Amino acid sequence: MARFALSDTPFDVASLRAELLDARVGAYASFEGWVRDHNDGRAVDGLRYEAYAALAEREGEAILTEAMARFPLLDARCVHRTGDLALGELAVWVGATAAHRDAAFAACRFIIDEVKARVPIWKHERYRDGAADWLHPG
Amino acid sequence: MTARVKVLYFASLRDVAGIASETFDTAAPDLRVLYIELRARHGFALPVEKLRVAVDGAFARWEDKPRAGSEIAFIPPVSGG
Repeated sequence: MARFALSDTPFDVASLRAELLDARVGAYASFEGWVRDHNDGRAVDGLRYEAYAALAEREGEAILTEAMARFPLLDARCVHRTGDLALGELAVWVGATAAHRDAAFAACRFIIDEVKARVPIWKHERYRDGAADWLHPG
Repeated sequence: MTARVKVLYFASLRDVAGIASETFDTAAPDLRVLYIELRARHGFALPVEKLRVAVDGAFARWEDKPRAGSEIAFIPPVSGG
């Protein structure tokens, strides 16, 4: 079953969390990334995420597989939005379960850092002054 | 010898090219030279050093030769999360 998914519509964190929980789980850690109203000193009105879906799903899945090998996890998932997002919308969610908290915290951090560095998703920000631009860091 | 490939453009590359994809006949010996050809054609600002390249949905090497019928994507620096 796929552990990484793109979603072009808002998704429900409670049901994703519920899918991860079972009697073996001693620790659940999650990360949520939200659309905020500023970036790099500029007022942001909203944004759009574009993905190269075939490669994003493959690379996202590889990151989750790496996390499972690297940490003593029970399971881990990540969902990333695509399309137009307004301020205050959930952009990305990571959930990790383990018997103990260290692995859950560490895996969550690892997964979001790797997703941001490697998965072909691009952010197009719209600014309050009317401008708009792609972010291509590095 | 030329190879007919499909090229995909994303994010700023798509905006600059004005198209999301195109079919292109190339005699480039490798994917690096192919990008340099397309950069000159469309006026992309991003140099090859800033990009990664993918073939048929998997990351590839700049040294790989363009294969006829393949789908090639140039990957600008990503900004998800």
